[in-house]
Amino acid sequence: MSGKSRLTYLNGRGRMESIRWLLAAAGVEFEEVYLETKEQYDKLIKDGFLLFQQVPLVEIDGMKMVQTRAIMSYIAGKYNLHGKDLKERALIDMYVEGVSDLMQMILMFPFSPPDAKEKNLESIKERATNRYFPVFEKVLKQHGQDFLVGNKFSWADVMLMEAILAVEEKVPAVLSGFPQLQVFKTKMSNMPTIKKFLQPGSPRKPPPDAHYVETVLKVFK
Amino acid sequence: MAGKPKLHYTKGRGKMESIRWLLAAAGVEFEEEFIETKEDLEKLRNDGVLLFQQVPMVEIDGMRMVQTRAILSYIAAKYNLYGKDLKERAWIDMYVEGTTDLMGMIMYLHFQPADTKEKNLALIIERATTRYFPVYEKALKDHGQDYLVGNKLSWADVHLLEAILMVEECKPDVLSAFPLLQAFKGRISNIPTIKKFLQPGSQRKPPTDEKFVAVVRKIFNI
Repeated sequence: MSGKSRLTYLNGRGRMESIRWLLAAAGVEFEEVYLETKEQYDKLIKDGFLLFQQVPLVEIDGMKMVQTRAIMSYIAGKYNLHGKDLKERALIDMYVEGVSDLMQMILMFPFSPPDAKEKNLESIKERATNRYFPVFEKVLKQHGQDFLVGNKFSWADVMLMEAILAVEEKVPAVLSGFPQLQVFKTKMSNMPTIKKFLQPGSPRKPPPDAHYVETVLKVFK
Repeated sequence: MAGKPKLHYTKGRGKMESIRWLLAAAGVEFEEEFIETKEDLEKLRNDGVLLFQQVPMVEIDGMRMVQTRAILSYIAAKYNLYGKDLKERAWIDMYVEGTTDLMGMIMYLHFQPADTKEKNLALIIERATTRYFPVYEKALKDHGQDYLVGNKLSWADVHLLEAILMVEECKPDVLSAFPLLQAFKGRISNIPTIKKFLQPGSQRKPPTDEKFVAVVRKIFNI
């Protein structure tokens, strides 16, 4: 079956959002199927679509791919966003994994018990400003290039851009100590495919709200 | 600087064990420097050698690599354990992510409150026997080959063997309903490099015990 890739997930960010970002940044159009009920999810499992009974699911190039990292690695490889050789790939992978750890904190945040929310928000802010953003600020400063790896747009740049915006939604002034990242954010925003993704009406999903949390708990019990 | 890769971690399995397995399977000799105290970790951090202030860290081919998956991916590709093309790599990645999730549950088991251990252990066995092992059993059944992907030893096979042995430590007869995985286990264990790693005196680390948990808690403040 040739044609557009098809994404199956909830109508919200979750673990699928990074995949949406990467496909969009690569200029790849895709379709989406939204899970709204437990019955829909159970049917997917029963029909044998989900290798480990989990979503995200991305139907691409005749495969039913699951596991977020596997999916993103495939997309990055296919669309030349994974570096030119093994060493560039290693750097991209390290950067992506670091950003992923930060994004994981943001992913879990809406599901924190109310009395832990303030503490968790503080952790996100602390990790972003003390552990993750300084690394990328330094990388950009040291080579003076527009992109993180190999002077070429890659998966690492897309993940970092997504993370910057996600953290800014919670901590608006988070980039105040990071001039290189501010420039990076502007440059990424102006790349045609990313610019398009950042406009209203794109497949980009809004920040998780109470309804989204409710749907997650309902569908995945 | 050519020379053996050097692994920086605590003297136990944790997140480094899969890396030890893969290097060993690839026949690559490596050195280890063990973090024994909080001060050891602080020194690595202060020396600026940990990109995100975390271990595992592996010095390899002039790089100080961090992030377990990045390290494993690099080793797999370097030693031709990552399939022959993008699609084989995709399958290897999917399979490895599955075994990673399963082994992750076992890793965290030791750090959960004592009164949840029994429940969590039951969940691990349930997941192993209903979510993960059936997938690999079916993969082997469908193609009838010796290895999971592309009729050739890959990272996915090494990782699956590691996972099988780990779950068996929790429940020795866990493979009773999985004849092909039993045969797989026998076959992969007999590969010379892996056989060597499974022998006493290798760099394979023993199962996590209370003592190791206490050391880890102290070093990492958790």
